[in-house]
Amino acid sequence: MSEPRIALRGVAKSFAGPRGPIRAVRGVDIEIARGETAALLGSNGAGKSTTIDLLLGLLAPDEGSVSVFGRTPAQAVAEGAVGAMLQNGELIRDLSVRELVSMVAALYPAPMAVAELLALTGIAGFAEQRTQKLSGGQTQRVRFALALAPDPELLVLDEPTAAMDVEGRHAFWRTMRELAARGRTLLFATHYLEEADANADRVVLMAQGEVVADAPPSRIRAMVGARTIRATLPGVELAPLQALAGVSGAERRGATVVLACADSDIAIRALLERFPEARDIEIAVAGLEQAFLTLTGAGDGA
Amino acid sequence: MSGIAYTRYELLRTFRNRRFFALSLGFPLVLYFIIAGPNSNVSSLAGSGISAPLYYMAGLASFGTMSAMLSAGGRIATERSVGWTRQLRITPLSPRAYFRAKLLTAYALALVSIAVLYAAGATLGVSMSAGRWLEMTALLLVGLIPFAALGIALGHMLTPDSIGPAIGGSVSLLALLGGTWFPLGHSGLLHDIAQFLPSYWLVQASHVALGGAAWSTRGWLVIAGWTGLLSALAVRLYRRDTGRV
Repeated sequence: MSEPRIALRGVAKSFAGPRGPIRAVRGVDIEIARGETAALLGSNGAGKSTTIDLLLGLLAPDEGSVSVFGRTPAQAVAEGAVGAMLQNGELIRDLSVRELVSMVAALYPAPMAVAELLALTGIAGFAEQRTQKLSGGQTQRVRFALALAPDPELLVLDEPTAAMDVEGRHAFWRTMRELAARGRTLLFATHYLEEADANADRVVLMAQGEVVADAPPSRIRAMVGARTIRATLPGVELAPLQALAGVSGAERRGATVVLACADSDIAIRALLERFPEARDIEIAVAGLEQAFLTLTGAGDGA
Repeated sequence: MSGIAYTRYELLRTFRNRRFFALSLGFPLVLYFIIAGPNSNVSSLAGSGISAPLYYMAGLASFGTMSAMLSAGGRIATERSVGWTRQLRITPLSPRAYFRAKLLTAYALALVSIAVLYAAGATLGVSMSAGRWLEMTALLLVGLIPFAALGIALGHMLTPDSIGPAIGGSVSLLALLGGTWFPLGHSGLLHDIAQFLPSYWLVQASHVALGGAAWSTRGWLVIAGWTGLLSALAVRLYRRDTGRV
């Protein structure tokens, strides 16, 4: 019986860059249990795609080990246990959608039936179209069908919804939930917190080549969903602002002050009570970028 | 055996690309009639004992098939640039099956190109026994192996915009030095260089008409040497080529 999990242990990978090696992935440990849906969340350059390439065996790690259900990535791929949709791929031309899907399905030992693939991914309606005539959204759906062709135990998707329209996204996530219900293990990379939050059991947050958090989406949301309050408030010292309830930090940008909040509801009441002259008030989610900086400590003192 | 369906679809989509197909076959054909047409009554070109229509038929068949082989590289470069090669690497398709499909596709195109040139040659009066036609075809097919390897190597080394000039330049140079456009004589610098090029021996396939062996031992060694060298290069470049392009 194969090991019921996917594991990256102490995995590191560097690339040659113009100014010395670029450490794309710096000692990453990730475990995903069979049947789990996990999101790899991070901004551009966080190391998500490199991590996925390592998991699929497209890259060999400089250090550490990668195991897919107890097998090497190459073995898992050869057995048809893994399906993947890589970032920014296009299709080859001069075949119909049905022919292309059939061609890829025929490479696997136990593929999903072509008719089922077409139906499941919602591409049956344009199955006879040549691949070079498809829209961007249609192309993405066909690529999703190709990833599903092996009927894989593990499905890996690198920013799958990037080129999809709203309708395409809904259909895509519906299919993903269906696959999760069938016990498939799903891993997708995204830089949208909302997407990770809505669709994953677990979020692995990456920044600068490292895993900075690995938790259920609600906890990630609490960690990175911190809010800031901006207000025009000239002539006030930072110290009393920092001392307000619910405020974890304050900085000044000209006449504007920016308050980082642990609890923005408490903070806004405290601010208006103490400084009723504050105006042009905005409350905003800090966003992933800021959250990454906070979590990695790179934003200290900024 | 894996990859049969893959090969079948590769063939299908190559032959479906009409513009590519028409241009690959059309150019050698037009050039043949331009060069050999006016000389169709020359029965011994430059004292070689080979008629001009036959010599240029083999010459242009070499040109057309060299292009067909190297154009496989152009398709590979395009597939790499759109991420298709990476997609294939995460399937069970073995490198062997992948190379086989690329080779068979290139050879299928080359065979069509040869057939078209043979038909054109026949209209200009080329006639030989069936055995000689077959022998010449066999030599052309064997002589193309190094070009198939070169095409695959270039495809895994270059981008789609740089491979066009690379293929055009290689084919022109190899055709010129191989004697496609005019016989190279029996001595001199060009002749000496040509002896070591696979394209020279391709064109020499026309010597089957004289009876005896069209290729000397040196010819076989040159083809074998380039095959070994370029195949090793192709495999090496394919293995190295796993990154995003």
